[in-house]
Amino acid sequence: MTTSAATAGPRRGRAVGGLLRGMPLLPAVVLLAVFLAGPIAYCVYYAFTDMQLTGASGTHFVGFDNFTRAFGDSDFVNAVVLTLVFVVGSAVVGQNTLGLALAVLMEKAARPVRAVTSTVVIAAWVLPEVVAGYLMYAFFFQQGSLNAILRGLHLPQQNWLYTLPILAVCIANVWRGTAFSMLVYSAALNDVPQELVEAAEVDGAGPWQRLWRVTLPVIRRSVMTNLMLITLQTLSVFGLIYTMTRGGPGNKTETLPVFMYQQAFTSSLIGYGTAVALVLLVVGALFSAVYIRMLKMEED
Amino acid sequence: MAVTSSPRTVRVRPAADRQAVRGRSGRRVATGRVVVNGSLLLFSALYLVPLVWMLLASVNAHGSFKLTVPSPTGANFRQILNTDTTYRPMLNGLLMCGGGTLLCVVCSVLAAYPLSRFRSRLRRPFLYTVLFSTGLPITAVMIPVYSMFVQVNLIDSMAGTTLFLAAAALPFGIWLMKNFMDGVPLVLEEAARIDGANAMQVLWRIVLPLMWPGVIVVTIFTFIGMWGNFFVPFILLLSPEKLPASVSVFTFLSAHDQTQYGQLSAFSIIYSIPVVMLYLVLARRLGGGFALGGALKG
Repeated sequence: MTTSAATAGPRRGRAVGGLLRGMPLLPAVVLLAVFLAGPIAYCVYYAFTDMQLTGASGTHFVGFDNFTRAFGDSDFVNAVVLTLVFVVGSAVVGQNTLGLALAVLMEKAARPVRAVTSTVVIAAWVLPEVVAGYLMYAFFFQQGSLNAILRGLHLPQQNWLYTLPILAVCIANVWRGTAFSMLVYSAALNDVPQELVEAAEVDGAGPWQRLWRVTLPVIRRSVMTNLMLITLQTLSVFGLIYTMTRGGPGNKTETLPVFMYQQAFTSSLIGYGTAVALVLLVVGALFSAVYIRMLKMEED
Repeated sequence: MAVTSSPRTVRVRPAADRQAVRGRSGRRVATGRVVVNGSLLLFSALYLVPLVWMLLASVNAHGSFKLTVPSPTGANFRQILNTDTTYRPMLNGLLMCGGGTLLCVVCSVLAAYPLSRFRSRLRRPFLYTVLFSTGLPITAVMIPVYSMFVQVNLIDSMAGTTLFLAAAALPFGIWLMKNFMDGVPLVLEEAARIDGANAMQVLWRIVLPLMWPGVIVVTIFTFIGMWGNFFVPFILLLSPEKLPASVSVFTFLSAHDQTQYGQLSAFSIIYSIPVVMLYLVLARRLGGGFALGGALKG
């Protein structure tokens, strides 16, 4: 089928034809090369220099200094640990589990309840990042809604953004991002053959066993894809944390993106900040590569 | 293919209804349904608290963090509806996100055509590169982008920011668009080819009219992403009069004290309305959002 379109100009030379056919790619390729590939190449280069925002001392090549410095820097180590906590806590455990639970429960719920739940969860997802950050700030603030609710229930209150800031930003990210996992799992559960589930039920499997032994193995590809995608999204979250806490108090919510920003722009150490950015980029690239591998396997 | 080639409209099977009809162990199923429905409703109510707070605070004259409003007022909205606070940031956002979306969609359509129609040794590597870049954390390249923009004097330029937003959205745009285009049958195209139409004519006259829904989905998706993007304009723009709404919400938040949370809530609502409306359009097109998960499922 395609060959007839491909050989539309048989008299033209093959190479020229191929070049002409590829022409529509040009604008996209130029944009991507200048604004994405360019900065990534710069990122690799700057990471090995001592560039500063003020440019006072000039820029020198310093080899691996930025990296040795980073791994000896307790603030950097702190940022890595917090990023791990944030990604595992809010994405891998939080969004993923909650999204699956919602999708499973919604399949069994009445139609209006299903509509209400999905609308509410998706509404939090559609809101711009900064607005979500502001709302979550208002929720966890000392005089905020959470403490008001706790007071109404006669439960102990506290200043969440100071006592448990990382938990607050994790919950904020779960609140904002669960819709994605919920949508992925709702679609995946739809593809689970009903006969399989019913057969297991006839054989006497309880709801938990059906979920563990039947449903999850069937949708395992969706689980993997979802985990990859939400990890990538969570890894680069900046606006949500920055609006809620600005990385504080102290550096208790300073994940890698926030740490990178602080180093580059608050401390004016562009070179060092870029080295941190490169670490983030490499981790993201690894996850992205694994994700593509999985898609490729699925295709073959 | 991993990503579905066209949006599917999937209905969730009413499993619960079927179970009830079957009647076997009817009471236990009924109790189960009550528990499921009850817990989902309770959960929704909790989830809704921050959103309800925003709506209440926007009409609350005292702008406190409480969940009550003694006397609703429109004063918060009246105070922010002026050029500096609302109109200009919204217009800036519209110009940059609108321009960026247009550029991104045009480039994606053009790029998707050869990727969807022609076989070449470079096609697969190119597609995988595109897919790979959709996963890269854009946040991480912002510092080098900043340094680069300083060198070529594009810092604090709305045009520069627009170009970058378009480029950052491009990998996902190309990927989605290519998948939508794969769903357009080749038969009509071949007829036009035999009649002597060239590639661009075929794309414009035959392929595009058949994939408008896909183009609209990509457009809305790209725009929603850009409208909510905070980090890119936050880094690349400096002058207050060039900032889009996403950044001005943030400056509003950090510059004012607690007494003005009412105004901030009002502004947040106005800023969020465009994307909420667009999402509703998108959800209607994709059949209630379930197919959106399918299109992204990978």
